Amino acid sequence: MKDEQVPQDDANLLQGKFKKLYYATDSKDHYTQVRSVGWEPENIVLMQAWEEINKKIEAARTRVLEGKASILLYHMERNQMDTSILAGYVGMPAWMVGLHMRPLFFNMLGLKTLDRYAYAFKMKTEDMIDINKIKSA
Amino acid sequence: MRYIMKIDFPHRQSAHCENGVVSNLLRFQGYDFDEPMVFGIGSGIFFTYLPFIKMGGIPVTSYRIMPGAIFKRFSKRIGIKVESRTFSDQTKAMRELDIMLDRGIPVGMLTSVFYLTYLPDAYRFHFNAHNIVVYGREGNDYLVSDPVLDTVTTIASEDLVRARFAKGVAEPKGKMYYPVKLPGEYNIEEAIWRGIRRASNDMSRLPAPIFGTNGIRYLAGRMRRWPERLGDKKAIQYLGNVVRMQEEIGTGGAGFRFIYAAFLDKASQLLNNPELHELSLQLTEAGDRWRHFAYYAGRVCKSRKSDLLSFGELAEIITDCADREDRIFGRLYELSKNRK
Repeated sequence: MKDEQVPQDDANLLQGKFKKLYYATDSKDHYTQVRSVGWEPENIVLMQAWEEINKKIEAARTRVLEGKASILLYHMERNQMDTSILAGYVGMPAWMVGLHMRPLFFNMLGLKTLDRYAYAFKMKTEDMIDINKIKSA
Repeated sequence: MRYIMKIDFPHRQSAHCENGVVSNLLRFQGYDFDEPMVFGIGSGIFFTYLPFIKMGGIPVTSYRIMPGAIFKRFSKRIGIKVESRTFSDQTKAMRELDIMLDRGIPVGMLTSVFYLTYLPDAYRFHFNAHNIVVYGREGNDYLVSDPVLDTVTTIASEDLVRARFAKGVAEPKGKMYYPVKLPGEYNIEEAIWRGIRRASNDMSRLPAPIFGTNGIRYLAGRMRRWPERLGDKKAIQYLGNVVRMQEEIGTGGAGFRFIYAAFLDKASQLLNNPELHELSLQLTEAGDRWRHFAYYAGRVCKSRKSDLLSFGELAEIITDCADREDRIFGRLYELSKNRK
């Protein structure tokens, strides 16, 4: 890739925070550094990965609001976690975290356990369990 | 009073985090190795496709050797000793970091991208092997030199703790590291050729079907059958991931091929070896083919249709990349082996 061919396709995925560094060749075929705001194929596949995540979050929201899953499922998906990653954060076995995804078991949880989940999700416990907060705005 | 502890740290942006941290830490000590040199001497270039190891339900594709190996190989060849520590206790990990900073020593560490609040939201996934340098502290914030950024930044203490103790695949466990013994004398020529020999061996001579250029052909073979085996949605997801690993921040574009070509370019000048420049040009062409693949794949992903014809053509392009890289790395191996 020649230095003047380095693409500058901005999809605002970098939010203007910085530019990426590329290596490209100059007119004498020696390498030089060029900064770029992005390239379309990368933007497409990155946005596609986010679409998948957002779909999962929406599916979780629906299940929680229908009473089929506990609110922990929604927060887990929002944090891009699965039960085994979340289990690592709260220091419990994954199968137990799996059980807590069901309303029946979730409702039996004590404050201490809820605090552990809230810490893993980086939020306050009362916000975490407030189902009104996840009804779409 | 606000506690301020700041080391004068020579931050420079790099395309890949591990190269950048090594390069910056050494620059602090007065040694000038730029990113391509670190990547080349550390034999960073590679390819592997692992259909049986999945992350987020998608098989792993990698255009580089595993995290940590570049630093390890580079240190060995230049004669640096690196002290590295992991922690089970978060408080202790942060206290030890503070002690190092008080002594005026910048510290490299492993973090999870997900908790690095200064990064753009779109890039914050659970990736646990991102390298950064912490070089100071101001009140409750740590001063950070993240090699992928063009300038230095800060992170709240609480977020840094989360990033250092992220859970999941390959947990960083608060890992931090710093060079303790620096090179007295080293032979740059020897280091470069050793780096080339290992990389070219791994790219073109490993007898396993999933590594190096064999791995690229293996991926091509699997890719041809994705549409019928997986259906539209999964096939597009798989393809998208191959492109992401190739073009996302940290790869320098073209799955590290351009960074390695930059190394060969530099090495040809240092060693006064014109053939290395010729090979650098050939690798640039191979990199351009990878970019062509990404461009085409991006359009297929956008259309959301996975037809056999376009996946066949895509596989054709990367097979061509494999052929080119076979020739390039095969020749590099000969050169490194036969040099007197």
